[in-house]
Amino acid sequence: MPFVEAVRMALATLWSQKLKSFFSLIGVLIGVTFLIAVVSIVQGMNVYMEDQFANRLIGLNTFQVRRMPNMNMGNITEETWREWRRRPRINYGDSDFIEAKLGTPALFSRACDDRAEVVAGGKLARDINIVVADAPFFRIKNYDFAAGRPFSPQEARAGAAVVALGFEVAEKMFPGVDPLGRTVAVGGLPYRVIGVVAKQGTLFGISLDKFVIAPFDSPMQRLACRLGFMDEFHVQSENVTAMSQAVNQAEELMRIRRKLRPGQGNNFAIQTAEAALSGWKKISAVLFAALPGLVAISLVVGGIVIMNIMLMAVSERTREIGVRKALGAKRRDILAQFMIESATISTVGAAIGIGLGIGLAYLVKALTPLPASVAPWSIGVAVFLGIFVGMIAGVYPASRASKLDPITALRAE
Amino acid sequence: MSDLVIHVVDLVREYQMGAERIQALRGVSLEIRRNEYVAIMGPSGSGKSTMMNVLGCLDTPTSGEYWLAGQEVSRLSDDALARIRNREIGFVFQTFNLLPRATALQNVELPLVYGGVGGRDRRDRARRALERVGLGNRMDHRPNELSGGQRQRVAIARALVNEPAILLADEPTGNLDSTTSADVMRVFDRLQTQGQTIVLVTHEAEIAAHADRVVTLRDGRIASDLRQDRTRAA
Repeated sequence: MPFVEAVRMALATLWSQKLKSFFSLIGVLIGVTFLIAVVSIVQGMNVYMEDQFANRLIGLNTFQVRRMPNMNMGNITEETWREWRRRPRINYGDSDFIEAKLGTPALFSRACDDRAEVVAGGKLARDINIVVADAPFFRIKNYDFAAGRPFSPQEARAGAAVVALGFEVAEKMFPGVDPLGRTVAVGGLPYRVIGVVAKQGTLFGISLDKFVIAPFDSPMQRLACRLGFMDEFHVQSENVTAMSQAVNQAEELMRIRRKLRPGQGNNFAIQTAEAALSGWKKISAVLFAALPGLVAISLVVGGIVIMNIMLMAVSERTREIGVRKALGAKRRDILAQFMIESATISTVGAAIGIGLGIGLAYLVKALTPLPASVAPWSIGVAVFLGIFVGMIAGVYPASRASKLDPITALRAE
Repeated sequence: MSDLVIHVVDLVREYQMGAERIQALRGVSLEIRRNEYVAIMGPSGSGKSTMMNVLGCLDTPTSGEYWLAGQEVSRLSDDALARIRNREIGFVFQTFNLLPRATALQNVELPLVYGGVGGRDRRDRARRALERVGLGNRMDHRPNELSGGQRQRVAIARALVNEPAILLADEPTGNLDSTTSADVMRVFDRLQTQGQTIVLVTHEAEIAAHADRVVTLRDGRIASDLRQDRTRAA
């Protein structure tokens, strides 16, 4: 029996018994859908996390010296929290020491931030991220300006009451008006707007444009920092190698400053994009580890369902098998027919599953800020698994069919 | 010898039924020549069905020889028998046994599929076989869109399509009324005049009357083997 003939016949059988076919497909379908969707979403997340999350929140080739990490994923124990809270804060002495002793060229900026209300022209914006930082902060963050300019080193040194607005803040406070030169009030004090930072977009659906940035020594420092301390000290190197060197140096310098003995843990944190990603890496590793198991379970169930459907088909079509044998079908013809039929059922299930999986991935992409990108290899794996499961499930029913005695089979009802 | 299509010598077929050994055929010898029209008759239990199964290469004898179209087939393997059935035997069953989901044409193509005939050739041969039984205009109908007589004619076309040495019909009119029975028998008669060798297995005297020769089995042996003047429908 030619292959194409058998596939065509299998598809006709599937089509003529739609409900039964649906149930026989569902196991493989779910397994494959799951495989494609999870791989797509996790892969998309990987790309997103690396391109967007880490580099945008922390900055390219940048690290921060902090009292404790502020980007955490996964569980942090009560004990760890308590240890973190007992640590000394980063002070100006620390940042000056690193800046003075670091061997490689770099950009430096102290920074603090908090949330506060911003008022302008009778409008009130709540929950705005108010940031105080040194002048290089804008370059470290790779902020372009939609209008105006960053504050100058002179303004920074003088602690001038000037401010750069995030795009959303500017839009909200000054709709249809040029914000440059106008005044916003933060913590009851007026600040002159000198620039608007270009739109940064969203991350996980959270706007990255709801901030105001003032010089570190401006009056806003009182709102954002504890006197004499900073939340984080940003260091940006020129490239990756310089950065990894700088990270090691900064760690060493801090340990010297803090007089830590060898064997004693750091009582500060050096946060890199990579470190921020480590939590995510753990999550995605768990997902990828769990995935084969979950897919395998549904494929095994799907395979058993198909096997039973095929056994049913063999007993329902005993007469047909008898007729085929009478007309000259050999054992291997019957074997091939039912194997191909079984593989076709399962492959159709896999094909629908691939479609649904891709659909699901795009649905997630459309409805949530989570990105998704379909991995070609996962489609290949799905097709292979579909055919494989069908063949395995078909072996037993097909061999039973092929061994039927034609006389008995012809007598069957 | 060259004229002998079926040559059976001392055929025995035994079955084991629990502890008992049943002899369905107890030494049957039979010769059927090319273009003969033979009816095999006998009451139930006479060994008629066993005879038909052995002649159709669906079953092999316990002992004895069976020469079909010059080849000894009584000791062949399952797959070799399948090949013989495909090339040398055209079956017509009482219950038609068409594949319900396939069209008339696809049903007729089936023996050619197993014979390894492909593509256009297969289609053309199947079409010609259907035309021979007068169903050239029903090729794309499925069995449930055809009358009983038409179904049996599709089955005859399927039996003919490989140009078999014998057409082996098992109660071919058993599921048909008398008018359609007559129709179907006319098809057999015409095929025989065109040179086809036909073996009818039946218990109906009216059907057997179409044959030139009636072989009657009783208790696993040939009770009589008579030539007769056939009655042909006008």
